Amino acid sequence: MAITSIKNLKEFSTNNDRLEGAHLLCPGCAHSMIVRELMNCTDDNLVISSNTGCLEVSTAVYPYTSWDTSWIHIGFENAATAVTGAEAMYKARKRKGTLKDPDAPVKFVAFGGDGSTYDIGFQWLSGAMERGHDFTYICLDNENYANTGGQRSSATPIGATTSTAQAGTHSYGKKEKKKDIVAIMAAHGAPYVAQLAPNKWKSMAKGFQKALETEGPCFINTVSACTTEWRFDPKDTIHVTDLATDSLMFPIYEIIDGHELNILYRPKNVIPVEDYLAAQGRYRHLFKPENKHVIEEIQKNIDAYWEMLQRREEARI
Amino acid sequence: MSKGVLATDKRGMRELGAEDKVGWDEVTKGVVLDSFEGDASDVVHQKAEERHYTDFNSYTATVASWRIIKPVYNRDICIDCQNCWVWCPDTSIISRDKQMLGIDYDHCKGCGVCVEVCPTNPKSLLMFAEAEDNDEALAGWPQKEKKAK
Repeated sequence: MAITSIKNLKEFSTNNDRLEGAHLLCPGCAHSMIVRELMNCTDDNLVISSNTGCLEVSTAVYPYTSWDTSWIHIGFENAATAVTGAEAMYKARKRKGTLKDPDAPVKFVAFGGDGSTYDIGFQWLSGAMERGHDFTYICLDNENYANTGGQRSSATPIGATTSTAQAGTHSYGKKEKKKDIVAIMAAHGAPYVAQLAPNKWKSMAKGFQKALETEGPCFINTVSACTTEWRFDPKDTIHVTDLATDSLMFPIYEIIDGHELNILYRPKNVIPVEDYLAAQGRYRHLFKPENKHVIEEIQKNIDAYWEMLQRREEARI
Repeated sequence: MSKGVLATDKRGMRELGAEDKVGWDEVTKGVVLDSFEGDASDVVHQKAEERHYTDFNSYTATVASWRIIKPVYNRDICIDCQNCWVWCPDTSIISRDKQMLGIDYDHCKGCGVCVEVCPTNPKSLLMFAEAEDNDEALAGWPQKEKKAK
């Protein structure tokens, strides 16, 4: 496949964007940063499908489309199914020799939000991973159903207030842990699984290229800071993502063939998770005296998870 | 819904000129919206100005009315690091041949991410009120800030 140069940003910037402006995502949304970067990572033709979510409804508001590639509009749960169907058809037609341009390289990519990946589209995604199609699934994880007003999803972390798990006098927000989707996908035996963040553009671009190059089903979870539901100023998207990766709330790592774990980013100065929480309105209630224990719990979870990642990296299992 | 007039008008998109478009409720299953006129197989190697967009492509629309503040670009200070290009959520930084040329005000929503990621001192991108004139903004550009020791 034709991968583009990601040696430095200047060379990367010579790519021609294939996601057009005037889509209707919120100002400062990280979704489009991630999607643009994926499309700039390769010169190949792309067949893309999106689960329903912010990305889908905002980039295809009739009569406009913001996509300069083939793009399939599909239901809430089945982007993975649609794109694997397209992939199966492409292979069959290649075999029968009925393709117009059989030598043109094509990559198949599915996008989903965290709602459609962790919850609603989970069994569709699991099935597609198990069938072993050659495609890449990218989850744009903003930790809630942002498109419908910020309901709790199984990606919402402990302590965050959402419209269906609200903080108040009797509750500190969501009480359950976030689902570890990366480990679940790695357990499918997928050849490449990773968690990446847009503020580290180079590791993200490398991960995308690796996923596109790898034959077989690849899964990438990306952190997509949501200005509307995380409640921070639109200009701070990259700043908040920096805090997320530096506090190890979102460690950046990859898992190859389900067992070989590599940590891709080690912060020089690990910051306390308070700094990350304080930058967002959805965690404001945690700084009340009666909720302090939740912050301690979050920090404890982060430390334990980071310890686990480091040990797994060392043990290569 | 009458033809050619859109519910999205009040969100700031331009009114459609093409009368032959059908309303969303008349669209049949499996309909395809073409982004480009004619052959689009080499789009990846074409710059935006070389492409032949159809009216269906959102490149032909604008979200300029979303902005209350806008970024202004100062060529004299810019070092072409392309940070703003890679993190612009709206494909609104015009970069050609490793050079930053300016801002696409049709598609910029005024989020201010580009200003935050600009590494120069003083910044080569700053936010100003939408009504302010660009030349006036450039004339009053702040001086280099000394680092506090």
